[in-house]
Amino acid sequence: MEVYLDNNATTAVDPAVYEQMKPFFCDIFGNPNSLHRFGAGTHPKMMEALDYLYSGINADDEDDIVITGNATESINTVIKGIWIDKILNADKNHIIVSEVEHPAVTATCKFLESQGVSVTYLPVNEEGIVDVQSVKQYLREDTALVSIMWANNETGKIFPIEEIGQICKEAGVLFHSDATQAIGKIPVDVQKANVDFISFSAHKFHGPKGVGGLYIKKGNKLTPLLHGGEQMGGKRAGTVDVASMVGMGFAMKLAVEALEYEATEVKRLRDKLESAILELPETVVIGGVNNRTPNTTLISIRGVEGESMLWDLNQKGIGASTGSACASEDLEANPVMNAFGSDSELAHTGVRFSLSRFNTEEQIDYAIEAIIGAVKRLRNLSSSYAYAPESHKSGL
Amino acid sequence: MAKNDLVSGSIWDEYSNQVVNRMNNPQHQGEITEQRAKELNAKLIIADFGAESCGDAVRLYWAVDEATDKILESKFKSFGCGTAIASSDVMAELCIGKTVDEAVKITNIDVEKALRDEPDTPAVPPQKMHCSVMAYDVIKKAASQYKGVDMESFEEEEIVCECARVSLATIKEVIRINDLKTVEEITDYTKAGAFCKSCIKPGGHEEKDIYLVDILADTRASMEEDRLKTAADASANGDLSFDKMTLVQRIKAIDTVLDEDIRPMLVMDGGNMEIIDIKENLPHYDLYIRYLGACSGCASGSTGTLYAIESILQQKIDENLRVLPI
Repeated sequence: MEVYLDNNATTAVDPAVYEQMKPFFCDIFGNPNSLHRFGAGTHPKMMEALDYLYSGINADDEDDIVITGNATESINTVIKGIWIDKILNADKNHIIVSEVEHPAVTATCKFLESQGVSVTYLPVNEEGIVDVQSVKQYLREDTALVSIMWANNETGKIFPIEEIGQICKEAGVLFHSDATQAIGKIPVDVQKANVDFISFSAHKFHGPKGVGGLYIKKGNKLTPLLHGGEQMGGKRAGTVDVASMVGMGFAMKLAVEALEYEATEVKRLRDKLESAILELPETVVIGGVNNRTPNTTLISIRGVEGESMLWDLNQKGIGASTGSACASEDLEANPVMNAFGSDSELAHTGVRFSLSRFNTEEQIDYAIEAIIGAVKRLRNLSSSYAYAPESHKSGL
Repeated sequence: MAKNDLVSGSIWDEYSNQVVNRMNNPQHQGEITEQRAKELNAKLIIADFGAESCGDAVRLYWAVDEATDKILESKFKSFGCGTAIASSDVMAELCIGKTVDEAVKITNIDVEKALRDEPDTPAVPPQKMHCSVMAYDVIKKAASQYKGVDMESFEEEEIVCECARVSLATIKEVIRINDLKTVEEITDYTKAGAFCKSCIKPGGHEEKDIYLVDILADTRASMEEDRLKTAADASANGDLSFDKMTLVQRIKAIDTVLDEDIRPMLVMDGGNMEIIDIKENLPHYDLYIRYLGACSGCASGSTGTLYAIESILQQKIDENLRVLPI
């Protein structure tokens, strides 16, 4: 059996989404900017896709949702656009982000630091989220932008976006949220949350890869990242990938419709998996179990190094993920894992399971059995687990 | 960066079959108990070593016959990735039957090579080489416990690149002999810095005592110092040709000739001259001068006097010297 439990990395395209996209490869292939019927024929579906996106995040018709290549491009557009509009051409010079943002945010900020911009990286608390008061505390007269993720990709922890948005609004500071891990898992309402910008990516909610979105609240000016033609109202040049845009719109529609299923059935399966693992001694959910996206669990299994666990699970046809250093090319432990403190073993034992609405009960039962088997084997091998007190090892 | 680097693959794809097999079915995992050591009439050694860089750790068990120093049994436990487990397994195997002194000579290169399927194809991707280093280090730790000495005593040379086992002395030597100017050249000559890359400069996954960039800078500085000393000695002995001199030596040499053979002639007529600059315009050396006093307005400054100055300098210093009054 094959069980895919790495849906925070990417998701399978929903077959219904694929059906919507298919005509736009060979049949309706005109350039949407062309005047003739071949181009104009794409417009109704593109408008329908925009409708789904606007209603999916409760955007106002006067707001902009720019179709981009991915969330990384959306994030770069916001942060570098703010740099150009508010920092290079004004007297502001400060950006606030959290320590656990995706590299699309932190690497862009590191680049801007090399250009003289001051960046504050807010730490997370013991629950793995940014404390609202810390945002308030670090706001400065010259703060141009606050960028805090909506939900964390590793832990699934949901950040207090509404409160942070309110603080930014009161301070007159622009607020961006990377909502890549939130859309399709929890409700995302840009009006309620007081956000000026959000970024998202279709492939995280069963849409295609290579397409994302950038929400820009009405009245916010933004210098485009890509200059060229007048596509997307001049905010993002380049011929729109119609098939991808249609796919993302329809995927958004389905994701929003499935939110109730996510909150009940997906959560039930996640909790079943999590509870079974937590029955093993010396296991803990990193960041705690409260206030998370319903599909994600990040579990530390003492004595079991993350990559070796992934290896064993892969042998059984199960795909999961780890923030462990040894699984990455640069050997750096994931910043989210490091943010939870200096326990180096914890930083190397985290395994992330992220479900989707396509996972079944049978798959979860199979995964539980495989995970327990892998933990037994690797703990038997483990020098680290050999040090643990015997009283902690009952059952294994 | 090139075509093959644009799409990164899974690091697991680069593991040899040996690594995969030993990860899935390590042959020497487990522990040796006091009871077992007693049955073998051997001394039990338990050594732990951890790699701070990636959080991996290994525990090595030896049962050593104290009469012969021979390792009768060797087992391990490991907290680490697939490469760490496979490296530990082969490391434990390589120890069996060797004396402690022989085991100490097992390097991480030996461990990695033993894991290869093909002699010339690495068993693991570059960033995983440090896992075999951990296996190497734990042997030293076990041996140091058995012999009651410091681990460092087994290291005859200061190792800069642990992945490729390249010493500081070797790196310095290749820089000097081959006049190397970049870290990439050092890697080409020695393989130092070719694997996990931590030894190249600060900021890698592992902190080092010394980095290739610093060794290169220090060695180049030392080479330059030696060159200047040699040049100074040769100059003092008068056996240094003009093209081998430093700029200061060239000015000194020219000034000496000017003072001895030219300035007295100019001063007699109420004039003088000064050196403004020397530029290499190979094969020529252009000497820029300025006339002073009576010489500055003298018509022969650009004819007869100039010819005389140039001839003397060409004769006494270098035939390629040209004098350009400004």
